[in-house]
Amino acid sequence: MIRVRGDAFLRADGRKGIRNTLAVIYLVECGHHVAREIQLPFRESGVHLLGFGGCYPNEYSFQMLSALATHPNVGGVLLVSLGCEGFNRAGLLEAVRRSGRPAELLVIQECGGTRATIAEGRTRVERMLRSLEAVPRATLALHELVVGTICGGSDGTSGITANPAIGLAFDRLVTAGATCIFEETGELIGCERILASRAATPAVGVQLVSSVEKAARYYATLGHGSFAPGNADGGLTTQEEKSMGAFSKSGSAPIAGLLKPGDVPQSGGLYLLDVVPDGEVRFGFPNVNDTAEIVELIACGSHVTLFSTGRGSVVGSAISPVIKVCANPETFRNLAGDMDIDAGRILEGRGTLPEVGDEIVALVEQVAAGMPTVSEALGHQEFVLGYKSFEPVGPACHPASA
Amino acid sequence: MDAILLSPLDNVAVVVRRLPAGSRVKLEEGEVMLDRDLGLGHKIARRAIASGEKIVKYGVAIGSATCAIAPGQHVHLHNMQSDYLPTYTLETERIFREAATS
Repeated sequence: MIRVRGDAFLRADGRKGIRNTLAVIYLVECGHHVAREIQLPFRESGVHLLGFGGCYPNEYSFQMLSALATHPNVGGVLLVSLGCEGFNRAGLLEAVRRSGRPAELLVIQECGGTRATIAEGRTRVERMLRSLEAVPRATLALHELVVGTICGGSDGTSGITANPAIGLAFDRLVTAGATCIFEETGELIGCERILASRAATPAVGVQLVSSVEKAARYYATLGHGSFAPGNADGGLTTQEEKSMGAFSKSGSAPIAGLLKPGDVPQSGGLYLLDVVPDGEVRFGFPNVNDTAEIVELIACGSHVTLFSTGRGSVVGSAISPVIKVCANPETFRNLAGDMDIDAGRILEGRGTLPEVGDEIVALVEQVAAGMPTVSEALGHQEFVLGYKSFEPVGPACHPASA
Repeated sequence: MDAILLSPLDNVAVVVRRLPAGSRVKLEEGEVMLDRDLGLGHKIARRAIASGEKIVKYGVAIGSATCAIAPGQHVHLHNMQSDYLPTYTLETERIFREAATS
């Protein structure tokens, strides 16, 4: 067993957090300002702002907020409702309380409006922060960690430096028994055969291939893939070229199963997160930006997210820290203050892929032990959540529960 | 080192440092002179590629050539395309807008 820290935050459900965050959650855009004002004075005291903007109910967004509010890095929750929106606030409050966490609800229309709700919210946050200090502590081992990975602002260097280095880090983490999650089935278009050959069982292989075929159909209907103008400026020409580079983040371990957003793997290993909705094309783009994908990785339990970037993304995230692995040495020099790891140095003969892979694993352990990442220290707490619809995955894709 | 080969199966190499037009790059089939500036991460043809031939990188097809490509030429949006989805750039967007308003 590789011990990562002795004082991880032990939740009532037995999961262990590497941060002890209090989440202020608005349940409709109309409550966003009040929730933000409640959070603002505590922004640097471990209080994060998240929420859902839509007024109409949606099973996906309910499951997402339930998974996020009971994430091991979250110690308590304050819900902010306007009062007339469709979100199932009683259901969410109950789900969080059932997890053993303190959870409170403020309804602006019943609280006397903006000023009164902000004042009451701040009082409750102060009280909940004190109760969070009493959370029991426990030893956290490397095999208990869940690590996600995403690439954003990819260029022609991503697939030859940062992504394969993350792949090597994933191989080491999976060997240690940890859970690793890669995502964006739309960025596996063109890799279907290789993907299937990596499946742990034939049944999982079928699911993996059909998830990518679904993504190809979805993107074809939208007329737009997971490809931004900066990708082409950086030397990437086609979706399938970007896919091959993105796929190398997954390393070489067998793929144990397929997840949908909010599914928490029950045993260690490598998993693919299917981010593309099921059924006909509804609600627009599968993922509106990188943050939407990071949030889905976190909803699957990710304690830490490894973010590979070539062009240079600066984002972090609410709830779970983001480690920026910079693929391009020019970008690293330009945005050094935003990056955790200089993977592009491989191209300049100042390091090797295995060295960068080892550096990533060492940093994951340090961040899990409490060290802030660069984006965390800069105060990045991005969050976004929109509408989607999913069918549950079949039992073949959850080996632990099969 | 100016360009690297990711797989022996590849017909393109990846430029690993910024190269100005006129730079000479060594390929197995001899030295070529670049006819344009190339940024980090861009691709050049390792050998002559026929129109319609698959462009191979990482040992797999990443699209097809839309015209004949000479050794050492930049391989990008102007001479290759995806076998799956059209590639969106701000340049294609500009051309589309101009066509729509003219």
